[in-house]
Amino acid sequence: MEEQTEHKYLPNYLEYRGKYKGLAGWLTTTDHKRIGLLYFYSMMVFFLAGVVMGILMKLELISPGEQIMGAQVYNGLFTLHGLTMIFLFVIPGVAAVYGNFFLPILIGAKDVSFPRLNLMSWYLYIIGAIVVLTSQFMGDGPPDTGWTFYAPYSLKTQTNVVAAVTGAFILGFSSILTGLNFIVTMHRLRAPGMGWLRMPLFAWALYGTGWIQLLATPIVGITFLMVIAERLLGIGFFDPAIGGDPILYQHLFWIYSHPAVYIMILPAMGAITEIIPTFARKTIFGYTAIVISSMAIAFVGYFVWGHHMFTSGMSSTSRWVFSLLTFLVAIPSAIKVFNWTATLYKGSINIKTPFLWAICFIFVFMIGGFSGLVLGSLATDIHVHDTAFVVAHFHYIVFGGTGFAFFAALHYWYPKMFAKVYNPKIANLGLFIFFVGFNLLYFPMFYLGMIGMPRRYYDYLPMFHNANILSTIGSWIMATGLLIVIINLVRARRGTGKEVNDPWDGKTLEWTIASPPIVENFEEIPVVDHGPYEY
Amino acid sequence: MYSGASNFVSATDTAFVVVIGISVIFLVGITLTMLWFVYRYNKKRNPVATQIHGSNTLEVVWTVIPTILVLVMFFYGWAGYSPMRNAPENAMKIRANARMWSWLFEYENGIKTDTLYVPLDKAVALDLISLDVIHSLYIPAFRVKEDMVPGKTNKMWFIAQKAGNYELFCTEYCGLSHSYMFTEVKVLPQPEFDVWYARMADTTLQKEAAKIPGVRGRQIVQTNGCLACHSADGSKLIGPTFKGIYGHTVVVNTDGREREIVVDDEYITRSIYEPDSDVVKGYTKGMMISYKQQLNDADIAEIIEYLKTLK
Repeated sequence: MEEQTEHKYLPNYLEYRGKYKGLAGWLTTTDHKRIGLLYFYSMMVFFLAGVVMGILMKLELISPGEQIMGAQVYNGLFTLHGLTMIFLFVIPGVAAVYGNFFLPILIGAKDVSFPRLNLMSWYLYIIGAIVVLTSQFMGDGPPDTGWTFYAPYSLKTQTNVVAAVTGAFILGFSSILTGLNFIVTMHRLRAPGMGWLRMPLFAWALYGTGWIQLLATPIVGITFLMVIAERLLGIGFFDPAIGGDPILYQHLFWIYSHPAVYIMILPAMGAITEIIPTFARKTIFGYTAIVISSMAIAFVGYFVWGHHMFTSGMSSTSRWVFSLLTFLVAIPSAIKVFNWTATLYKGSINIKTPFLWAICFIFVFMIGGFSGLVLGSLATDIHVHDTAFVVAHFHYIVFGGTGFAFFAALHYWYPKMFAKVYNPKIANLGLFIFFVGFNLLYFPMFYLGMIGMPRRYYDYLPMFHNANILSTIGSWIMATGLLIVIINLVRARRGTGKEVNDPWDGKTLEWTIASPPIVENFEEIPVVDHGPYEY
Repeated sequence: MYSGASNFVSATDTAFVVVIGISVIFLVGITLTMLWFVYRYNKKRNPVATQIHGSNTLEVVWTVIPTILVLVMFFYGWAGYSPMRNAPENAMKIRANARMWSWLFEYENGIKTDTLYVPLDKAVALDLISLDVIHSLYIPAFRVKEDMVPGKTNKMWFIAQKAGNYELFCTEYCGLSHSYMFTEVKVLPQPEFDVWYARMADTTLQKEAAKIPGVRGRQIVQTNGCLACHSADGSKLIGPTFKGIYGHTVVVNTDGREREIVVDDEYITRSIYEPDSDVVKGYTKGMMISYKQQLNDADIAEIIEYLKTLK
């Protein structure tokens, strides 16, 4: 920072001391960057806990019969794994961490529109998480319904469903308020000259995501309240024994939870769209097409929820209508993949760790997307619905998509966030092992589903044994890769490292400011007179 | 996998081939293109990038072609699925009942089994009934699956085209023993099926067998799925084992109070009709439904005879 001391010294966001110091300073901060890191650290804790649960489940499945736990424990574990990964990691996901940290910087703003609301969103997230976790220790035992809380099982089980559902309800508000905050920020706080079509595409992805968070989340909130009312007061919404309709629950649940998949994946696609042009040293191919595809995904994504219910007994007409719409929502995702690939054409590609993560993202995301077509098609879905095939599919999308993008973004923005440099060789080695393990873990599940192994299975017939062994071994390899990646980043954070403002020669606004950024990002609000990726 | 085990296999597998085939071509094509670009336009080989902002022609091309392809996939999926919705009028009707965590199949002549027997080359239509939570009846070899939703009768039909035994799973998570809720479909050639069907319905044969104490009771226990939760060999499942339970003294929980009770005819009857009234210590309330609709006092008397044989 020597060159900056020539003018007035501006503290960076990490060393800035407000009214309180230390931990209290962090817990009362309204700085979007610090809030981004609050999300980052809390989410990493939940993510790693979720990974451990996943590994334990795979260990149980290495062989038929009981290995390390009983059926009740296993059922509680896959429920908690789902709740943790979905509600505490991938739904806030890329948006809560990198959206908070970088959205204001990318559009040339000092902060989000409502900084205090932003802090409150994080507190709601933590309170929601604590309530979800109390379900494990209080009441009549950990919930065993799966993260989907399907009625009437969720109404009949003796386990502590109310706490888990209440936690998810609170988490919903965190998501709604973050979405609202981002939308308003993009409408009101773009720097002078930054028209809508000069916004970086990560910002556009967050814009589409924000509207889904705002409009879809209240539906699941109401649904969860209905479950609570039914369990506590016996109001018959969903249990046919007291006059309810279990299919109604599925509709309400998926009206939110399908768009929620786009809450998870849109920001991830946005982050990848930032990384590719930077390392291809080339402007993005088809800026407008990518903007339109983001908004199309956000819009069409509302109308495809019925594809989770092809075997539920829904009318035959709704089944084919939902199938048709599901195929149409695949198109905008395909357009993104084509534009990313075309961006590489005649580029001058600088192969660095974030770029490798991005390429791996595209590969696993394509497998996730193509397997989604198998599930969108009626005849084939009837065969593989609720089998291991579905588990493989959504792990390729949610973990392969959002998870890979999360780490791609982390390696991309790490030098900006912490002004530290990680060891690229170890990072690449970690990625390689992680990638191999990931595919070995999830690919055999496609096969298992095709030969008929149902999902949420504690035990299985010997005919499913071989592929399960491969999958379990994959989980160990993947965990090893993940461990290498994380240790490398933790070491870099502790190390001395170099302070670099623009290590990748990026063109978006975050690369024009200091690393780590100063408290209000810009000494002077920039004036923008060109698009985001002008090389 | 099995080929052609039912009339839906070939259309479904064609849809698989179309969808997966197109997908693999694109996956491999895009991946290789990407890798080629990364190699060819590496900064060592291509130090200066050519700035290309986009191409409307290409955007249209790669919007229209995938749209056509997904419509083709949609068509094959729909074509394979559409016949599954229309069972022929003359189909043989079987009522399939699911409950945590077992199956019961009821045939038109009144017989009940825990394994699904169907004749070869004849349309079979199932009425899917659930007695408690949502289950899903899945026969992988036949490519059929449909949820069994309480309060609602879903339908399924098929024509089995190859004799043999096939797995039948529950694919909707339904609690503790979900993964043990499976049985078999036995496809018999029509003559064999007819013999089996007539023999099962023959009341004189049944009466003959029922003279041996406990035999009739064991059949009732089997067809009602009791053994899914109550073992006959002493191993601990969701409910107490049947082995040696008759005449034994157990500690039960009655409205939150613990008391000792002798397992006699009265207690067994109450446990079947009102399972939550006196739950044996160490087991969870609410796991068992009342069998008042399925069993009568005469059935229970037979079950008690059976329990007496399990020393």
